[in-house]
Amino acid sequence: MSEPAHWFDDDAGPVVRPYAMTRGRTSSASRHRLDLIALVVPEYAADDPGRDQRLSPEHVDIVERCSDVPQSIAELAAGLDLPVGVVRVLVGDLVDDKLVHVTQPVPPAELPDVSILREVINGLRAL
Amino acid sequence: MAFGRSSRRKPLVEPVTLKILVAGGFGVGKTTLVGAVSEIRPLRTEETLSEAGRPVDSVEGVEQKNTTTVAMDFGRITLREDLVLYLFGTPGQDRFWFLWDELAQGSLGAVVLADTRRLEDCFAAVDYFERRSIPFTVAVNCFDGAGRYPGDTIRSALDLDPDVPVMMCDARDRESAKAVLIAVVEHALAQVGKAREHAIT
Repeated sequence: MSEPAHWFDDDAGPVVRPYAMTRGRTSSASRHRLDLIALVVPEYAADDPGRDQRLSPEHVDIVERCSDVPQSIAELAAGLDLPVGVVRVLVGDLVDDKLVHVTQPVPPAELPDVSILREVINGLRAL
Repeated sequence: MAFGRSSRRKPLVEPVTLKILVAGGFGVGKTTLVGAVSEIRPLRTEETLSEAGRPVDSVEGVEQKNTTTVAMDFGRITLREDLVLYLFGTPGQDRFWFLWDELAQGSLGAVVLADTRRLEDCFAAVDYFERRSIPFTVAVNCFDGAGRYPGDTIRSALDLDPDVPVMMCDARDRESAKAVLIAVVEHALAQVGKAREHAIT
């Protein structure tokens, strides 16, 4: 197979370039880097994100996906089929608008608490 | 569209999230192991790279393709309502090390999956976790038809420190995968204990 000039369907890449959804921004104004396992939790103000005219459909989608169970950045990226970098920018917008807040996982370089490790072991055993 | 006003009566539980990495060579069964214990089908998240891959990616014939994609497979285990463990399969190719740094940050520990037929494939992962003092366990995925060796042989072949657990596993088997994860966390716990002792003495 050597027909490099033709790409069809998925091979051709997304119809809309991923970073078009962030209007070309590759990082969010709110500096904090969002960890892959940081959870996105909607604020009460975000009860009806669909009405907010400033939000893009992707923003609304993120808020809705998190409204029952908080979702991690990684899960949102997989669910929305968007690169992690794009999701970070979009979630950053929502944080700036105070529509969601983001949980911070165990700070890097800090070992998790011994009691948490024990709970993880017990939890795994009980699976 | 109706939004979940009614479902918001009680505040959402905000669980503590933790992660364990699953590393190893290409095709060693990382995603299989994640899938064996994850409560969700392993999900795939992608990061689009552009410039980063240019010096090493051959783009002959596809010169117009200026992005490349690196995928990470991951799964989730809800241990309790307020405690969630994520498992991340690290990208197999060595040139995506910079993504490992992000994955490794704040991780509880790591599994290095090994295949006795291609033991050298996991050298890089062992080296990576040793250098960064991330607690890891070597799990030999016992493929049908692959030679079986005692743990000590594997240990010396990989030149592991004596306290690094080495175990045999079947990445397809849930109980086996669970045992591997438990070994990682127990090892992490022992490391924390040691660090504390050092601090006191």
